Amino acid sequence: MIEAFDILLTASFWVAAIRIASPLIFATMGELICERAGVLNLGIEGIMVAGAFAGWITVYLGGDLWFGLVVAALAGAAFGLLHATLTVPLGLSQHVCGIGITLLATSLSYFTYRLVLPEVTSPPRIEPFQPLPIPGLSEIPVIGPALFNQTPLTYLAFITVALVAWVLYRTPLGLAVRAAGENPSAVEAQGISVTAIRMGSVIVGSALMAIGGAFLTMSAFNSFFFEMINGRGWICIALVVFGSWRPGKALLGAILFAAFDAYQVRLQQLTGGAVPYQLFLMMPFVLSILALVVMARRATYPKALMIPYQKGER
Amino acid sequence: MRLEPKPAPTLVETFAYPLGAVVVTFVIASLLVLAAGASPFSVFALVAKGAAGSRFAIMETLTRATPLIFTGLAVAVAFRAKLWNIGAEAQLYAGALITVVLATGALPLPAPILIPILMIAAMAAGALLLLGPALLKTRLGVDEVVTTLLLNFIMLLFVSMLLEGVLKDPMGMGWPRSPKIIADAQLPKLIARTRLHLGFLIAIVSAVVVWIIMKKTTLGYEMRAVGHNAEAARFAGIPVNSVLMKTALLSGGLAALGGFSEVTGLKSNLTLDLSPGFGYTGIVVAMLAMLNPLGVVLSAIFVAGIFVGADAMSRTAGVPSYIADVMVATALLTMVVAIMMTRFRVRWR
Repeated sequence: MIEAFDILLTASFWVAAIRIASPLIFATMGELICERAGVLNLGIEGIMVAGAFAGWITVYLGGDLWFGLVVAALAGAAFGLLHATLTVPLGLSQHVCGIGITLLATSLSYFTYRLVLPEVTSPPRIEPFQPLPIPGLSEIPVIGPALFNQTPLTYLAFITVALVAWVLYRTPLGLAVRAAGENPSAVEAQGISVTAIRMGSVIVGSALMAIGGAFLTMSAFNSFFFEMINGRGWICIALVVFGSWRPGKALLGAILFAAFDAYQVRLQQLTGGAVPYQLFLMMPFVLSILALVVMARRATYPKALMIPYQKGER
Repeated sequence: MRLEPKPAPTLVETFAYPLGAVVVTFVIASLLVLAAGASPFSVFALVAKGAAGSRFAIMETLTRATPLIFTGLAVAVAFRAKLWNIGAEAQLYAGALITVVLATGALPLPAPILIPILMIAAMAAGALLLLGPALLKTRLGVDEVVTTLLLNFIMLLFVSMLLEGVLKDPMGMGWPRSPKIIADAQLPKLIARTRLHLGFLIAIVSAVVVWIIMKKTTLGYEMRAVGHNAEAARFAGIPVNSVLMKTALLSGGLAALGGFSEVTGLKSNLTLDLSPGFGYTGIVVAMLAMLNPLGVVLSAIFVAGIFVGADAMSRTAGVPSYIADVMVATALLTMVVAIMMTRFRVRWR
């Protein structure tokens, strides 16, 4: 029992927790932006696969790491543009299109992978992002290594949260995005195009999801596997609800969730196989459902979420 | 740009747009084939040959279509009532799981009694699995898309746990698989020396039954009303929550029959690769059929043909078989656009 508690005091545990949280933070922010503008993006799972693949293959074929990240973001933006076109001006079912985007992005990534690497059995590796300790701050016990001795992408994840929060709550653009998700006709009355705001939000959000995916192949690991996203996208959708559509709360949710994930891995080693490992692996998904249930009563959805907007329609 | 409702589409329009969707899908797939350095015509000829070029190929396609008919029906029923069941994969495994539990010797009954019992048990398991998310939706307002999606992962891990635990075949050389089901639980083959089994016939009968429920019964009417406009349906006195519950039970049960049929008709045991995503592909099947239960049979055969044909093609032409997955996903997206265009006119100004 004491051992199980001691885990929480080790630096390596918190380092792992923040590392696990990073891709979730990117993707959760991406989904949050989409939903805040009124569009549910179920393409998230596939867009993360596409980002993970696009970034990795760019680096594998000789590109620079940062260039790979840009390619990943562009791949995500492209799928975002497709989802936005189908769901915003055409007003098609956000559920069905999102699932379609996930299937398309996933299968295109797998197809291209097999095209470029037809024969390999074990995926080739790249040189991923290395930890970049911040002088001084990384020396603080426990918190230092966790927060200030990570790869640049983790720092970027935290910067993204601050940026998203600032834009959403402190700029006219953010006001328009939030209003597009709450009361689109008010946006139109200001002379701003709801279609443009929503499409832009979905494209930017999707780019962030792809960066979240790319984190896995370019920072957390160094190669691309099939099934490597493994439901992380769906978990991020739950995290958005858990965070009540607020960047700060969603960040907290992602870290809590990742801490739990890092904890279960260590607990698994501690129990030494006495408990089936599948029960531990199930935990993140069970936890996500529980989070949804607990938050259900308090959740205040953006009022126009999933409601297509047509100009001049009441 | 704006959309204006059109009067009821003509017969030509009803078929022209979906056909256009299929054409666009093939054009996009051709680009990928070109990228792979092969000729689209010869590749699609190989796909067609692999899917329907011989008696064996046709039987394989129909065999592959069987679970897709079940999951397609499950999705069609649920989506008609706007119950977003994305968990057909989990429900299929639930059906397969209960089938294996009961059919490996627990119920030593003759086939004519055992098989119906297995069917009912599988349906019950799948129905119960979807009842949870449906209750969370109606009672607490929890979005069923996310809960059903997450349950897919939980179910697969649960099956994996059982296959490495209590359900593990002692003769399985360490592989995580269940023991074989008894002979009385195995569905007979429809045609000798092929893999096509009675499950295909059960799938067709299910499609007809679902069609009757949807078109000819009060429940079907109520499901369509709830899907069309839940508020109006409630105002008209339709018990919306109870209709959604019944929809969930029917949908979950249908998906689970897919698992039952794969185990008793084809695999005779349970492994973790029982379904290569039949639950997700069922969404495409249902949408291609425009949620029509009888159309599901045709679209399931079409989709199964693409998969079976692409498998055969990739062995000879060297184009990755994932092209089938790309085509199916593209078909889903082009189809939703096509359906919209039969109903609305796009005005650019």
